[in-house]
Amino acid sequence: MSEPVIEAADLEFGWAAGPPLLAIDRLAIPAAQRVFVHGPSGSGKSSLLRLLAGVVVPRRGGLRVLGTEVPRLAGSARDRFRADHLGIIFQMFNLVPYLSVRENVTLPCRFSARRCRQAEARGGAAREAERLLEHLGLGAEARSGRAVTRLSVGEQRRVAAARALIGRPEIVPADEPTSALDADRREVFLRLLFRECEREGATLVFVSHDRSLEGLFDRALALADMAPPRGGPGA
Amino acid sequence: MTRRATALLVVLSIGPSATLLLGVERLRTQARAGFANTISGTDLVVGARTGAAALLLHAVFRIGHATASVSWASYQEIARHPRVRWTIPLSLGDSHRGFAVLGTSADYFRHYRYARTRGLDLEGGRPLEDVYDAVIGAAVARELGYRLDQPIFVAHGAVDAGTARHDDKPFRVVGILRRTGTPVDRTVHVTLAGLEAIHLDWAGGMRVPGSAVSAEEARRQDLTPHSITAFLVGLDSRTAVFHVQRFANEYRKEPLLAILPGVVLQELWDAIGVAEQALLGVSALVALVGLSGMVTALLAGLNERQREMAVLRSVGARPRHVLALVVGEAAALAAAGIALGVGLLYLGLLGARSIIQTRLGLAIEIGLPSRHEWLLLAAVLVAGVAAGLWPALRAYRYALADGLTVHV
Repeated sequence: MSEPVIEAADLEFGWAAGPPLLAIDRLAIPAAQRVFVHGPSGSGKSSLLRLLAGVVVPRRGGLRVLGTEVPRLAGSARDRFRADHLGIIFQMFNLVPYLSVRENVTLPCRFSARRCRQAEARGGAAREAERLLEHLGLGAEARSGRAVTRLSVGEQRRVAAARALIGRPEIVPADEPTSALDADRREVFLRLLFRECEREGATLVFVSHDRSLEGLFDRALALADMAPPRGGPGA
Repeated sequence: MTRRATALLVVLSIGPSATLLLGVERLRTQARAGFANTISGTDLVVGARTGAAALLLHAVFRIGHATASVSWASYQEIARHPRVRWTIPLSLGDSHRGFAVLGTSADYFRHYRYARTRGLDLEGGRPLEDVYDAVIGAAVARELGYRLDQPIFVAHGAVDAGTARHDDKPFRVVGILRRTGTPVDRTVHVTLAGLEAIHLDWAGGMRVPGSAVSAEEARRQDLTPHSITAFLVGLDSRTAVFHVQRFANEYRKEPLLAILPGVVLQELWDAIGVAEQALLGVSALVALVGLSGMVTALLAGLNERQREMAVLRSVGARPRHVLALVVGEAAALAAAGIALGVGLLYLGLLGARSIIQTRLGLAIEIGLPSRHEWLLLAAVLVAGVAAGLWPALRAYRYALADGLTVHV
């Protein structure tokens, strides 16, 4: 089996000396897998994403992303790593209000040379942006000059998905991107997301509390189950 | 969007403060230059022993009233001093429809200089010759619509209320001067003889009943003036200045005061200097207030912009990018405010120019900002960028700590 793209061991994250916000005994996610991570609010879902993104470092343990010990990197190196290899989709407010739709989608190319190169190889960042938006059903928006603030919530999310995917990042962490969408739209969005991730070979790490979506994914993980057993680590 | 409205408000609060700063500075320098240019090449101004500033203001700028005068005899004696090359006698006190009437000699047109080297040119006509000749300044001609050969009446005293007019002895406009940008424009020049003529049958400020003298009869009288208000002196060399000044100040037959106009002007400016500094200080404070409004707006906006910054962080923006973003915004707002301020300044100058010209006889130039003014503007910009550092650093630290979580 090829090396997992995400690997965690004895991972523990929390602020100061308080109780851990997140504790993971073992985790291994292979490439191109669609993983559903569920847990109720406060169970550390956001912490997991933040650790993956490298904005925070764990108190203890190791986290390897694409073979790199991300927590060991210096701050700016983590920023670069995030830019190069991750495409994050937020729960809400995904877009920069004063940029156009296309500018929002091509944002990652401004911060990552690698993704810029990937996009150039396919005919340029602008073309890639249009292509992705087309696939996500927003072809018209790509060309129109409409301000992003005028888009509906669902449309904004699809723009965010396009932004997350441009330049072929290897990992797409998504933080509850389907809440506030009704059931039909939710499934449509997910199908679109799945199709694009598959096309690019990206690993989707989908974090949510809504278990009704579980069945659509390759694999479902419960954060509660990932904690180390009581009585100490390594037991 | 409220962000746009906030930005507009910030620019609107910085703009007028920049206008104030620049405006104060410009008026200050222009007023000084204007005053300094009003009289050039004159070594001394001699008048009755009142006060140096009062003498200068009255004789040259026609501001204030003369309380005492110089006798004709004293004037002649000083004018005959070997080091004196020329003199211009000045007699003030009457007016014509709001403009000062100045009694003087033909030497006025020969020797008066302003703006360093310019002499008085005639737009049309000729200088003073006949007793009842009048040569008017450019503003007088323009505002009253006077032409050559126009008859005019001189009023007694500074206020022309129509009741105290020397209307039995009309003067005739024989010359109109070209614009100078000095109080000369607002003056009606007549001969000393002419002033004597109209006052022949006046005493104590009104016509003496029963002893009227007609204009023609007046011509035949001896019209040598009894006294004048002051006179300007040009010497054969600069080195004689203190010598002649002392001669006039120590003149025994009459209390006289001789001043160096440049020196007295400088003393005036020094006295006003404190007020100028205060004004500049107030303007700087106003600018600071405007900038603090900007800081407030930026700080308050940071909360709203957490999401936007989270997005930027997620695509790989480093904390220093976030810092640069906020500082850049501060700089842009400050620059926009300054641009607005400069625009308002020029608008204001265009509007105020005519009023200043009318009231003080000074010409304010509408030119590009001077080097000093550019420095002032640069200072406001730098202050704006520095002020923006505070919210920028806060955004920076937030981005550094996490920056991906939005605290709702």
